[in-house]
This record gives sequence, C-alpha cells and structure tokens, in this order.
Amino acid sequence: MAKKEYSIDIKDSNLLYHEEFREMETEEPEEVPSPEKEKFKIIGDYTPRIDGERIVTGRAPFTHDIKLRGMLCGKILRCPHACAEVVSVHLSRARSLPGVKATLQLKKGRVKYAGEQVAAAAAVDEKTAEEALKLIKVEYKTLPFVVTEEKAMEEGAPQVHDSPNIDKFNDYNRGDIKKGFESADVVLERTYKTAVEIHHTAETHGSVAKWEGKRVTVWDSTQAIFNVRDGLAQTLRIPASRIKVIKKYMGGGFGSKLGLNDYTVAAVLLAKEAKRPVKITLSRKENSLCVGNRPSSIQTIKAGVKKDGTLTALYLKNYTCGGIRRGDRCSEPLIDVYKCSNVKVEEYTVFTNTGAGRPTRAPGHVQGTFALEGFLDELAHKINLDPLELRKKHYTTKNEGGTRIPYSSKGLDKCYLLGAKKIGWGRRNKKPGEGNGKIRRGLGMASQIWWGMGRPRTLADVKLHRDGSVEAVCGTQDLGTGTKTYMATITAETLGLEPKDITVKIGNTEYPWCGSSGGSTTTPSVAPAIRDAALKAANYMKNQTAEKMEISPDDVIIGKEKLSNKNDPAQSISFKELLKEMRRERVFHGEYVGRPLGYAYNTFGAHFAEVEVDIETGKIKVLKVVATHDSGRIINKLTAESQVIGGITQGISTALFEQRVMDEATGNMVNPNLRDYKIATSFDIPEIEVAFVDMVDPRINILGTKGLGEPPRIPIAAAIANAVYNAIGIHVSEIPMTPDKVLQALKRKEVG
Amino acid sequence: MEKIKKKKRKTFTRRDFLKGFGSGALGAAVVPKLVSQDVFSLQTKEGKIPLYSKKQITLNINEKNYSLVIEPRETLLHVLREKLNLTGTKKTCSGGECGACTVLLDGNPIYSCLTLAIRADNKKITTVEGLAADGKLHPIQQAFIEKDGYQCGFCTPGFIMSSVALLEKNKNPLTEEIKTALSGNLCRCGNYSKIYEAVSVASKSMRGA
Ligand code: FES
Ligand code: FES
Repeated sequence: MAKKEYSIDIKDSNLLYHEEFREMETEEPEEVPSPEKEKFKIIGDYTPRIDGERIVTGRAPFTHDIKLRGMLCGKILRCPHACAEVVSVHLSRARSLPGVKATLQLKKGRVKYAGEQVAAAAAVDEKTAEEALKLIKVEYKTLPFVVTEEKAMEEGAPQVHDSPNIDKFNDYNRGDIKKGFESADVVLERTYKTAVEIHHTAETHGSVAKWEGKRVTVWDSTQAIFNVRDGLAQTLRIPASRIKVIKKYMGGGFGSKLGLNDYTVAAVLLAKEAKRPVKITLSRKENSLCVGNRPSSIQTIKAGVKKDGTLTALYLKNYTCGGIRRGDRCSEPLIDVYKCSNVKVEEYTVFTNTGAGRPTRAPGHVQGTFALEGFLDELAHKINLDPLELRKKHYTTKNEGGTRIPYSSKGLDKCYLLGAKKIGWGRRNKKPGEGNGKIRRGLGMASQIWWGMGRPRTLADVKLHRDGSVEAVCGTQDLGTGTKTYMATITAETLGLEPKDITVKIGNTEYPWCGSSGGSTTTPSVAPAIRDAALKAANYMKNQTAEKMEISPDDVIIGKEKLSNKNDPAQSISFKELLKEMRRERVFHGEYVGRPLGYAYNTFGAHFAEVEVDIETGKIKVLKVVATHDSGRIINKLTAESQVIGGITQGISTALFEQRVMDEATGNMVNPNLRDYKIATSFDIPEIEVAFVDMVDPRINILGTKGLGEPPRIPIAAAIANAVYNAIGIHVSEIPMTPDKVLQALKRKEVG
Repeated sequence: MEKIKKKKRKTFTRRDFLKGFGSGALGAAVVPKLVSQDVFSLQTKEGKIPLYSKKQITLNINEKNYSLVIEPRETLLHVLREKLNLTGTKKTCSGGECGACTVLLDGNPIYSCLTLAIRADNKKITTVEGLAADGKLHPIQQAFIEKDGYQCGFCTPGFIMSSVALLEKNKNPLTEEIKTALSGNLCRCGNYSKIYEAVSVASKSMRGA
C-alpha cells in the first residue's frame, strides 16, 4: 500500500492565560444579575461527589480504559537527538510487519528537541506496534544544540530558532523608576531561580480516534474538548461539525491538557489510514519530554524602600525558559499585589532545545510569587519590620497593574488575620535564624493573587423529563475538581431536589459550549450558567403550579420535591406529578452572561508555613501549613478543601523536590520517570489546615463565586522558603530547595 | 520473583533482543518465523519457557476463575486490563514507581506492572472491581467517598487496594502506619491528607467503633 507522508504543523495552543483573561474583559453584557442574597441549603455545604461510587469501584471510564471493536494500538517514534535534520524516513519495513495496519511520517525538516515526534505506527497490539517502531528507519543529520538556559544565553550558542535565543516579551513601566530609587533609604537586590517542572499527570496523555464515514469521534484525556475539536478542524481541514470530542474521566491535567496535542492528530490520521479505531496512550517517559512543563526562571528583583517601610521602587528582570516555546510571564504578582508607584519590569524568553513549556497550574505566578515574596521578607528584615506588617502596609483595594480600577471584592486582609491567628504568627523568630541547635524552626508566609473570573457566554442546559428525572448538561470537563457534583448541587438546590436526583452530562462537544477547564475559570463559568438554566426551569414550574392553583407565580414556593402555595402550605403539588403533566420534555438554556466592567475580579489568599531545617544535613521538613483563601462563595466545601490540599502538596513538591535535569552532553532529559524525578509523597505531607473567608463577590456572577484551581498552588513554595529563611537566617533563593542548596546557602551566610 | 528477574537478564539481554531484531528486520517474511521460534527463553522452576510460546494459566480473580492462554512475557497488569477488560487497575508508570496498578495477590499488595501473569497462575487475585459485595461498597470505598479521598480518581484504585491490605493486617493503624503502608502509592493531585483520613475512618467503621 502506498504511504502518504504527512507533515503536521500544530499552532501554538499554549495560549498564555493572561492574554486570554484580558480578552475576557472586552464586552460588557447588557444585563448582569447580581448574586443572590439567598441562604442556600446544599450550596456551600460539604457534598460528597455524585460519581464517587464509579471511581472507588474502578468503573469510571478514563481515556486509557476505552476499548472499541477492532481498535489498534498506536505508537510514536521520537527523535533521540536534541537537534537534527530529518533526512529521510523509511516506513516500508514497519508497514509490512504482520499486524501493522498503518504507518505515518510526522516530521520533515528540523527536529528541535529530543522527544519530538517523527513517525508513528498502528498495529493490532502494543508489542507489535513497538516492534514496528524499531523497523522504521530514520536518517538524521545531527546539529549543534543547547539545553540549558545559561548556555543558551552565551555568545555564540547554537540558535534554537532562526532568531536570537533571547527574546524580550514584556516591558512594563509605571511611574518613574529612577526617581523611585533616588528617594529610597535602602536599596536591595536579589536573584531567584526556579527549575523546570513536569506536570506528570497520573493518567498519561492519550487519545482514541474512530472514523465513521466522513465523521470522526475522538476520546481524549483533555481539559478542553472544544479546543481539541477546533484544533483538529484547523490542522486537518475537517469541518468542526464532523468532529466530536468526548472526555469522560481524566487523570489530571494541571495545564498540560489544555489544547490539541500532536499525538491526537496522529491517532486521527492513523485511524483514517487503517480504517479502524486507534488508541495512543503515551508512556511516562513521553509525558516527561513532550507534553509540556513549567518554564524555569531567573529573576532579579531590585527595590527601594524608605525607613518607615514605604516601597519607592520595584524592578524585576526575568529570564524565563520554556524550551522551544515562550517562557512564563512572572511579573503579575509584582505588578499587582502591593502598592508601589514606581515599577519597571523586563522579561525575556530564553529558547533551548528542550520540550515546550506549557501552562502549569498557576503559570508564572508560582515563580513570580516565590521571588517577590522572598524578596519582601529580606526587605522587611533590612528595615526591622514584621514581614506581615510590611505586606499590610502596602495593601491595596485597587488593581495596581494597569487599570487602577477597584477590586470587586478582596478578602486578602481577612486571610492575613485568619492565617496569622491559626499558625500562631507571634511564635516566629523575631530575627531570622536566631534559634540554635542542629534543628531550626521557622515560620513564613506569602500572599496570593490570581484571576478566576469565568468565561462569558458559557452555556448550560437543564432538562426536565416527563418521568420526573432531571438532567444538567454542559460541554465542560471535570478534572477531579468536582464540576459534576456542583452542577448537580446547584440544580438540586434550585429545584428542591437532592444532588443524587440529577443526571449530569458533561465532556462532549455536542453539549452546550463551555471553554477549557483551566485558569480557575470553570466554576465561575459553569456554576452561574447552570444556575441560570435551573432558575428558568424553576420559573416554568412555578408558572405551571400558579396556573393550576390559580395564584400568582410569586406565591409559589419550591420545597422538598414539591411546589406549594406560600399562603396556604397545605396546597401543594409534587415535583414528579407536575412534570408528568408536561406534554413533552423541556430544555432550559442557561448562560453566564459576564460581569460589569469597571471592576477588577481576582482571587486572593495567604499561606502560612512552619518548617524545621536540619542545618547539618540541609534537609527541610514542612510541619504545618495554614491556607486561607478568598475565592468568593464556596459552592462545595468538601471538594474545595481537596483542591487546596492538592495545591499545597504540589507546592511542597515545587519547593523541595521537583526539577527536570538535562544532560548537556546528549541533550536528553536525565530523569524522565517518577523514580528520579521526585515528587512529594506520604512522608512529606504536613498537617494542613484550610480556611475560606467565603465572601460573596457582589457582581462577578449570579452566585458570587470565583475560581479556586490555581490559587492554592501559588503562595505555598514562597511561604515555605520564607519559613526556611526565618529558621536559618538566609534565603535559599532557589527552588527546589534540595539539601545541597540549603547547605550552600548556610555556607554563604557564614562567609557573609 | 527476584531470582527470576535476574535469570531473565542473563538469558535475554537487551543486546540480544536488538541483535534478534537486526536480523529479523531484514525482511517481513522472516519476522513471523522468528516470533514462533524458541529463541529467547526464560528459566523458571518448571524449566525453560520460551518467551514467545503460549502458556495456559488459571487466574482466580475476584473469586472467579479465568482460564486463559498468555505469553510468558505478559504482565499481570496487561492481562487484567487488555485481556480481561478489568480496567479498574490503572497504569501510571509501568515501572514500579507509582502504585496505580496495585492488586492483592493472595492478600498481599503487589505492583501488577512488575508481576508476570504466569507468576499469578493458580493464585488468588483481588482487584478494585472485586471489593464491593452484593452491591454494598467496602467500608474503605465508602470512606473514600465520604472523606473525598481523591480528586481525578486515577490513583484511587491503587490506594484503595493498599489500604485494604493494610486494614486486613492492622485493624487500628496509627497515621504513621497508614503513611508507611501507602508510601508506595503516588497521588499527583496531592490528596494524601484526605486519603489518610479516609483510611482511618474506614478502620473505625470496620472495627465497629
Ligand atoms: S504502573 Fe505499576 S507501579 Fe506504576
Ligand atoms: S486523585 Fe488524581 S492522582 Fe490521586
């Protein structure tokens, strides 16, 4: 059979969040309902997940678990060189291996990192597909490469793209930085480093593709079914109307599953050629190399401060490395969180021959907060101020960044109060490192800012069936954050039912449109949309009841599985009966219309950490974390708590363990597995206390709820680093704070 | 187990494999012949087993007997997921790093990705699908739901199986003991604290406390 050669060029699906967020602010809806003052019964409570039973019995279908009749196993051949020209690809031997049903060339021209896809094969089983890959002959012409940002920045370093390796992408100025420094009593400068992190989702990335005539269905382990659909339509020039993307259960995304992936395209093409469904699931190694990572950063902060603690100037220079793609904008916290009239930021991307960076739970903010908050602690010490007082002194109720508009709501002050009390802030060392002995204790804290405002035009339906059953439908995806459960909770609350009475349908591009689940946007998008739909359903039911009872709809109240006359509670009709009388099923369309302009909508929080440092071994142990958050109204406290705990666990991992290590000689990753790439586990988990200030935002949406996904991931590493500073008297200034770095820092302190 | 692994390395190195394929790759016609030959073999107590020959085994999974023909190189995880469609047991690393594939073999928690299916011949295997009895969830499953001992749920079957094994042996574990028993399982969503809570709630309810 003749083999076609495909060359796939996928557009950068790595839309940096802040760009997307700015875009979200451009149109003002005509009519914005303000949040209900109403007291709720189930909303705001602790509700176990409605699909818990499927998960604990192993019956929740993940993409890895999908099995279709005649399904083939697809595998991808990846380039072992960090930079090479693909001279030729010979597929014929692989194609003629019995059991192999399709082969593909995926790359022509230059391969820019070790792990980039070159070819693929689909076969009747995994072993045969693996054998097929070994029979594909690729001729490479290897080229010079560079895999570390330090080397990439050097004069004469091999160029990653056809342009310089260093590229300025952010230049921000506010006030007059020069004057700011001139009016300062004390000027301090520090440099902070953060490592490249791998998402390492539990379920590796994967897709299943199946063609039926001209239509294709893709089951994908994704955070964004509509992005995958539209990406496929664009890349393969198939009408979007003929593509259906389904996501059932997904084992973690953290930003690495936000858009179309190249292996999904490969699965679709292999399935087409083989005329059979194809499943591709990546290995742990592939997940380490080519589905994204958190870009590293080298940030230098310089600030001026008056003796009374007033910040007069803040300057940040950032070199961030996202491999072959752009790094992260790390300056947002510095620009926004604290009051300062004179601010300057310069950010540069450094390109290397390594896998592309991708949003990683709170992109830029984790790195930026680590630097900024660490810097503030050192600054506070310089002028003899309590670090928390320094933060309070620069508290602002306006968005400092560009707009100067007020925050719609901001509970950071409440977070400070609550957190300080719970951790016992007074117990900290008044002077960093003042303790003695081999084991030193310390306390530290850090503030958090993030967006979390929701996507206008998110759609959701509530469907009432004549048999009394109810559906809540939305084309969103549940990442394990409890989306399905709060859709049921909100619908049930509105209709007088229990969450278990609601059948929730999500994760299918045939359902009403919803954006990607990323950037802490899902709850503030989906919750108001489903509430809107449910309210419309409730109104319909009220009207029907009013007509029957010959009363005004305003006098109908919804009770437990029934509707009754407010003035004569004995007069009632059951929910089921009312639905039975409908002539046909009814669908109610809900929408999140957006929020008023003129306000900034952000989430806030503060983390407090207590640590122990062994100054002989350099080992850090986190003893306790208190996490306080303002994410608006919390819809389900149980799942919200889990999300915060998860963010903290991952943040501990960032602070102490996680780093991709590249081999400069071969250009390959040294630790592409979960054995050598350390993440936090069992014995690293401290006591964790979560507290929500639970404020209802007065305008963001009908429920006054904001996002929560990224916030708990942001301040934790910084808080731990500050606690370590408080314990040993020197800021380690580089994460992960592995024992060697702690010992080096202690040595620096000794030297002075 | 260890012994077998060592032997395997001796008789069947990566280099041999590559050599085998180097020649096998000369033409498509050669390959199937090669596959059916006893070229690579594995030394076991029962003697030499050719790697590519089939073997009949019986697995007792969740109290049901499955008689099936497998290749000796197939892992228990592969057989469970791909041949028996018992997909509750998950694969996260396939290299003994994560514990997602944990099942009970004669009551002991093992990584099924590191266990050859022939090693489980005639043994009793329990997977997450086999815990609920008569439509009633196991107390550990119940506690995971109640305490929200998961987020994405991908690691959950593995954690549940390790917890079952723990509570079988230790009815009233301390938190440190729970941490030790679950230290072979990774949860990337990071819900450990809630998982420990779930296990201690389950231990209470199993003791009738
Ligand atoms: S899949 Fe078996 S330990 Fe990871
Ligand atoms: S719940 Fe997602 S990995 Fe544990």
